[in-house]
Formats: sequence, structure tokens, C-alpha cells
Amino acid sequence: MAQNLLEFRGVSKNYASNQVLRDINIEIKAGEIHALIGENGAGKSTLMNILFGMPVIHSTGGFEGDVCIDGEPTKIMSPHDAMEMGIGMVHQEFMLIPAFSIAENIKINREIPKENALNSATSRIFGDRMKTLDFKTMNSDARVALDRLEMNIDEFALVAGLPIGYMQFVEIAREIDKTNTRILVLDEPTAVLAESEAESLLAAMRRLAAEGIAIVFISHRLDEIIKVCDRVTVLRDGELVVTKDVKDTDVLEIAELMIGRKVSIDKEDNIVREISDEVIFEIKDLHVAMPSERVRGVDLKVRKGEILGIGGLAGQGKLGIANGVMGMYPAKGEVLFEGKPLPLNRTKQVLKAAVGFVSEDRKGVGLLLDEPIDDNIAFTDMSIHGNFINGLGLRDGKAIRENALKMIKDLDIRCTSEKQNTGRLSGGNQQKVCVARALTQKPKLLFVSEPTRGVDIGAKKLILDLLRSLANDHGMTIIMTSSELAELCSICDSVAIICEGKVIGTLPPNASPVEFGLMMSGICTSTIDSENVSEREVAQ
Amino acid sequence: MIDSRNDFASKARAFLTNNVVTIVFVIFVVAGYFSSPGISVSGLLDEVLSRFFRNGLLVLALIIPVMAGLGLNFGIVVGALAAVLAIIPVRYFGIGGMGGLMLCFLIALPIALLFGWLTGKLYNKTRGQEMIAGIIVGFFAEGLFLIFVLFVIGGIIPVAAGHPMIIPRTLDGEAVPGVGIRAAFDMGAHPTHPVAMRNPDHVPGLSNSMDFLWQMDFTLALFIMAIGVVAFLVIRRIMAGKNKAIKKSSKLVFGLKCGFWGFVALLALHGFLMPNGMIFWFPAIGSGFQLPVSPFAGMRMIPVVTGLVILAFCLFTMYFTKTKLGQDCRSVGQNQQIANASGINVDRTRIIATMISTVLGAWGMIIFLQNMGTVSTYTAHRQIGMFSVAALLVGGATAAKAGVKNAVLGLLLFHAMFVVSPGVGRLIFGNELVAEATRNFMTYGVIGLSLGLHVWKTRKAAERELRLD
Repeated sequence: MAQNLLEFRGVSKNYASNQVLRDINIEIKAGEIHALIGENGAGKSTLMNILFGMPVIHSTGGFEGDVCIDGEPTKIMSPHDAMEMGIGMVHQEFMLIPAFSIAENIKINREIPKENALNSATSRIFGDRMKTLDFKTMNSDARVALDRLEMNIDEFALVAGLPIGYMQFVEIAREIDKTNTRILVLDEPTAVLAESEAESLLAAMRRLAAEGIAIVFISHRLDEIIKVCDRVTVLRDGELVVTKDVKDTDVLEIAELMIGRKVSIDKEDNIVREISDEVIFEIKDLHVAMPSERVRGVDLKVRKGEILGIGGLAGQGKLGIANGVMGMYPAKGEVLFEGKPLPLNRTKQVLKAAVGFVSEDRKGVGLLLDEPIDDNIAFTDMSIHGNFINGLGLRDGKAIRENALKMIKDLDIRCTSEKQNTGRLSGGNQQKVCVARALTQKPKLLFVSEPTRGVDIGAKKLILDLLRSLANDHGMTIIMTSSELAELCSICDSVAIICEGKVIGTLPPNASPVEFGLMMSGICTSTIDSENVSEREVAQ
Repeated sequence: MIDSRNDFASKARAFLTNNVVTIVFVIFVVAGYFSSPGISVSGLLDEVLSRFFRNGLLVLALIIPVMAGLGLNFGIVVGALAAVLAIIPVRYFGIGGMGGLMLCFLIALPIALLFGWLTGKLYNKTRGQEMIAGIIVGFFAEGLFLIFVLFVIGGIIPVAAGHPMIIPRTLDGEAVPGVGIRAAFDMGAHPTHPVAMRNPDHVPGLSNSMDFLWQMDFTLALFIMAIGVVAFLVIRRIMAGKNKAIKKSSKLVFGLKCGFWGFVALLALHGFLMPNGMIFWFPAIGSGFQLPVSPFAGMRMIPVVTGLVILAFCLFTMYFTKTKLGQDCRSVGQNQQIANASGINVDRTRIIATMISTVLGAWGMIIFLQNMGTVSTYTAHRQIGMFSVAALLVGGATAAKAGVKNAVLGLLLFHAMFVVSPGVGRLIFGNELVAEATRNFMTYGVIGLSLGLHVWKTRKAAERELRLD
């Protein structure tokens, strides 16, 4: 037990002249759950890429220092090497093949060959890859792994039709099925899970740790870290800040260490803002066909100058509302803005009516990743209002640049210059560019979806402060959709909770957690989780 | 009631959209058959089968790359070039018969492996555009190939003066070593060929060296195959009874299948034993009946060895899908990123898939050329990619999914189209001579239609996600 199972010794990494990791030393023991936290760009992903021997590390000149397993420096040159050494990873984005069965996914690249005369003959000539596979044993192995996680699903079912929460468990089943797995990295595993699912995941983590597996737990949910981890390592700007025993610390301290200054996203002024009774925006019976975020008949009224929060569990349809109004997904229903109907499924018309949109899909919808910051900020306004175009009908580079420089200053976008491609920015700075683009359009109503997803706490606070000042100082009406209830409560004037694709109710931000909790589960009882709800709906 | 009808309608619609290419071809072939007065069942079968055995392996060569997500490997053209490169020295030194043919296979193997490796490397550099890259690599390789056969042979590699394969050159009326291979050279007559029989000094050639090894009456071969299929169906059913993992089909389907193949066996037996029909007369009861002339009467012999080689590679392809490498190919074909993160060497797997395909393409080309009997040095390889791809698609394959069934069905239907297209030319244009244009139209049309449908279906599947309640 005293022996360190995994150890980073003096690990440093440069991308060209940019140092992203500096002299990192971490020790992780067997059976330990070790939290790894840090702001975006702190170096967590680079460290994990090193651990997994990802090509991105070795194609850019490798790294300095040693990764030691059992105290011995090892060379991990590929993900395959990492697997051989017993390092498993559950990725934030699912690494599952929908057209394969659960068992095939669990056994991917670890398929069991049949041991028979034909196979031993062919493998002697053509190598082991020409052995036929023993699907029967593969299925029963998968069954065992699923049982360890207390999952009651058929191992031969296709992954394609599974609910999201189940997919996460299939991922973990895959890792624990590896007999030699001694180190398990979980990258934001609870982000997509409903609360009850997250609880059973944490329970599963404790069981695995008790079996002697070392778990590296990457999460932004500090409360989960406190709940389940033994030690926590904080990274900041590529440097190791501290490694602490969890029992000696608390959420506030970790958060403080992470960003290096005191944070609080609690509502600073408990003053209830005065908001006129004038309804500026109204939704009647809106249906949106957004996959896994379907909206099934939403009615909403938004008052002028209000910040309305939209909350709810993942998959219940809260994200579908903004996407439906903006025409990103097929929608039907009635939407009134300033008394006039907004056409549905017509993105340009909606934008022209001075409705802005910051999408939750930053990289897919929000940004042109291979274009510079200044063009990204200007291009919507350019195509909607014809601004940033000079007398000759060409793009007005000077105006675009000036606008971008102003936004970079106002929103504190950290970049090398306004000509940097947005794909090179960190998540928080990308989000700021998205907000800048929406603001350039001068909207009267702004939809903001998941503004702080994948954004570090420092940038989070900046973005929330910005939204609040837009409402306070510029009279902008804001509809903010977020998975984080705390953040909704911190800046919204009221919060609407979505469940089963409908508005369950609207609460003031200072309502008790019990009220929010009940609404998120559909009012009636507190035991209904999202799974049961969707099942009930299918039955109807 | 209404529900089941709707269900039937949607199933029928799905069947139509999934098999539209195959259905168009069936209609074309049936229409062509009935508008060609000079054609009989046996004549059509003769023509289709001779092309089936000629092209079989070339089409099978395409299946594994589809599985590995490389799409349709138009690049098997480089395999065809490897085959020609292997045949040239064998013919030059006049090594004939089965030994010469085996030598061709052997020489083609390393060349095709090298070409396949290079093509695979290129595919890895042109991810997502493999089909275009495959077409272009065919053109590019042709350029290098022409430099080799037109300049390097004779220009750098010394050749004998007056060799019949080399473009002749004379100096002061005397034959000197030429430069370059002639536009066409023959594969040399098989020892049993009339030309060889007449000339006792004949050097054994490669023509039909595999086809003529062992020939069999079509009817007998069909009988054996039909009996084999029935035996397979019965054995599988018995096995399914024991092993619950194998899905059991309904009794009706099983009965229909057995009945069909049993009927085929009887038909074949009739053609084998009494091809010209027979009158049965029973004097005791003063009556009898007449067995008609077999529809298979007067058909050509079947090249058994070629058939067995094709069968072997059908089985190989099916076996391959059940191996570790096959599963890796499927994983890579489904999602390269996930395969990579699972530790599968994606690039290597894709290269291996391309190499297998190229080798099968080369060997398929050798079988093709020994059947044709002549090699058009500069152009023989040209149509190989397009025609093989078209044949596979006609069998119901797509750029994302292909199997042995598609290859076999496609080979039969595609070549039936070739045979009946003069009839269709007459039917539509009143002129048999437009057959060539019809064939080209159908060939390129099917590739365009299939690829278009593939894109359309992918988009449809995405749109289905987006239907409002």
C-alpha cells in the first residue's frame, strides 16, 4: 500500500514555445480515488494524454519527466501501451459504437479468440489476428462486468437504442472488464447523468476502489469530489498548486485553490429587481424535435428586462426551447416577440427581429473554429444587418478589427491577437467570443444556453456578471438555459423548470432546494427520476 | 388491421428504397430477355456464368475494404496492374500450364502487397475521400505502369531480339532488341487447345489454364450444388435445435427453401440424364408421357477449379469477418476515433484491408486474363475498378455495407444486363448497336445511383431523428 501505483515525476510539456505543463509531481496509491481538478487550460487533458500515450503528445516532441508505474519509469508510446499497463479511461464523450452490441463494445480490441486446431494453425501462419472469435465467452464476460455495476440490460442489445445514462455504465463496464485494469481515469463521468444515476456511479467507484483500483476522477463538481475522493490535486496554468487529503479541505478551499482567488457565484445583491409587467416575449404550445432534448408543448411568458432562467434535468427538453425558437431544429407552435409573431424554422428572420443566440454547442454552432476571432464576432451581424461591409460591398476589415478589439477588452478575451483562430482558444474564451458575436448584433432579447459549460470558475463569474450587467444597464431581456441550478439562481429573476418537455413551474431564485428538486422530478413525488418519467410517457 | 397494413406498407417502402438498384436491374434483365428473340435460358445462363467465373474474385476483392470503412475500393486497379506485371515475365519466358499460372499468382503476390501498402498509405492520408483517391490512384498508377512497359522493358531491362511480345525494331534490315511491350499479347494456347494440338512444338500457354483443369457439365454441377444447399439447410436446422444462439427460421421458410433447391436438383438431374427429353410409354396401361427438352440442354461446361477458387474466397471473406482482424476492421469502419482509443492500430488495419483487397484484385485479374486469352497491355486494367464496383452495388451493397451475398447476386445480375443490353437497345432505340452505350450507361448509372442513394439514406436517417411528435 505504501508503494505508489502511479506516479508523475517532474512531467513538463511544451507545444512549440507554449509550456502547458511545468514540473508536475503526483503520486497515486492503489485503491485511492484521486481527484484532478483545474480550470480549463490548466493542463488536465494534456496530463491524461501523456498518461495514455496519445499521438498528439508524441507527434509534438514528447514530454519531459517520467510516468512511473509501481515505481518504475515506463514508456507509454500509444493508447495500446497504456491498456497493456492496466490503465483504463472513461471518456467524457462516449466511446461507444452504436451499431455494435453492448458486449462487442465492452470487448472492443480485447475480443477473445477461440482456442481450436484451426485457429492455432492459422495463427501460426498469419498471426493472432486471424483467429476467430468466441462470442459466447465474450457475452458472458460482459454479463459479469454489467452485474458488477448492477446493470440489468441484455449484453447482446445494440448500444444504438440505449438511454444516455446506460451508455456511461457500458463505458465503465468496458474498463472494469479488463482484468489487469489497475488505474481507471474517469473524465467528467457524472456530467451527463441524472442525480440518481450519478449517485450509483459514485457508489460503483467506491466499490472499485475497495477492490484496489486507483481511480483518477476528473470532475468540476466539487461536492462529488468531497463525497467520494481520498485526495485531490489542483492544477492551475500548467502547474501543480497542491495535493491535499480531502478530509482536510472543503469545497470553498478547493475552488479557491483552483482559481487562486476567492469565488462566489451566490447572488451578491439580494435585492429583487423591479421589472415591468410588459410581456416582451411569449411562447405558446411550442414543440421542438431536438434529439434527446425534445420539447412537447411549452408555454412561457417573459417580461421586458427580465433574466429568465430555464432549468431542469438533462434530456428533459430545456435546451430544445432556445434551439426551437432559433430554428436550429424543426419546431411548431406560436412565438410572439414584441406582440408580433416570429416565424418558426427561419433562423435569419428571428435574428433580424433582434433576437440573439449563444448556443450550447460552442464548437459546432457557435464558432467557425478555423477563422479568426474578429471575423467570428462580426459575421452574424454582417449577414443579418449588412454591417461591417464597406462602400464597395466588401468586408470592412478595419471596422471588424476595431469591433473585435473593443469586445476583447470589454469581455477580457484572453488571446494572442484578434487574428487568432477561435479553435485555439480555451473553452471560456471561446464562450466569450460567442457572447461577443451575439452582442455585436445588438439584440433586444438574448438566448444564452449553457453559458458556463466547460468554462473555468473565473471565466464563469465574468460571464455571469456580464449577463447581469446587460440586463441591468442595457435593459436587455435574457433567457438563460443552464444545467447548473446555482448559477441560474445567482443571476435570474425567475427560474422555469422543464420536465418531460413541458414547463412544470416557475420559481423565484431564492426558493428552497426542495421546491426545485420536486419540480425537476415532475412535482408529484421526489422519487421519480428522469428514467421513470420517460418510461411513463412511452406507456401513455 | 390498420396498424398491420401500415406496417406492411412502410416495410414494403423500406424494401423498395433499400433495394432499388437491384430491382431496377431485375426489371432491366427481364425486359431485355423478352425483347431478345435470339436468346434462350441456356444461352443467357452460358454467357452469365462464363462472366461469373471470369470476374468473380475481382468483385469479392471489394468486400473487406467496405467493411473497414474505406468505401468502394476503386483502387483494385493497381491490383490488376500487379497481375499484368506478373504475367509479363511468365509469358516472356514461355512458362505455361498450371505451373506458369501458379508462378503468376506467386509473382503477383509481393507486387500487389507493395501496391496495396502504398494505396493504403494514400487512403490514410486522404481520409474520408478514399473513393476519389482510389479512382485517381488508378490513373496515376497507369502512368507509372506505362513508363515501365513502354520504356523500362527493353530500354533498361535487356530483352531478346525478335521476341513476339516486344515491339520489334530493325537496324539495317536486321532484327535488334526492341523497346516496350506490344499493345496486346496473347496468353498462349492451353495444351488441349486446337492450336496447340496442331503444333507439336507449341510452348504451353496460360489461356484457360485454370478453367480447363477440370470441367464439368453445368447440370451435374448444379445438381451437386443444389444437393449441397439442401444438406446445409438441414444440418443447420438440426444444429439450431441444439444451440439456442443460432436463430431458427420459421418452418414455412425452411420448407420453401428446401423445396426450391430440391426442385432445382431435380431440374438439374433431368438436364444431366435426359437433356433432350424422353418419351415414357407404358404399354401395359397403354399410355405414357413425354419429358420435355431440358432448359439446360447444350450448355457449356463449368470450370470446376475456378468455381472452387471463387467459393473458397467467398468462404474466406465470411471467415474473415469472424476473426479478430475482421472485428477490428468492423470497429475501424464504424468509428476510427473509438477504434484508435481502444488501442486498435487504425492506420495499420486500414492498410491491411487495402492490401488484402489489392492481392485479391491481382489474383482475380489473373483468373480474368487466363479466361480472356489475350492481354491488352495498356488498357486491360482500366475498366476493372468501375465494373467490379458496379457489380457489387447491383447486388444490393452500399459504400458502407457489403457481403458475399451481394457479390454473388451482383455478379449474376450485372452480367445478365451485359448479355441482354443489345435487346434493350433494340427495344428502346430500335438499334442493337447502342448496346455498348446502354452498358456504359447502366454501369456508371448504377454507381452514381448507389452513391446518391447512400447519401440520401444517411440524410433520411438523420431526419428521422428530427420528426416532430
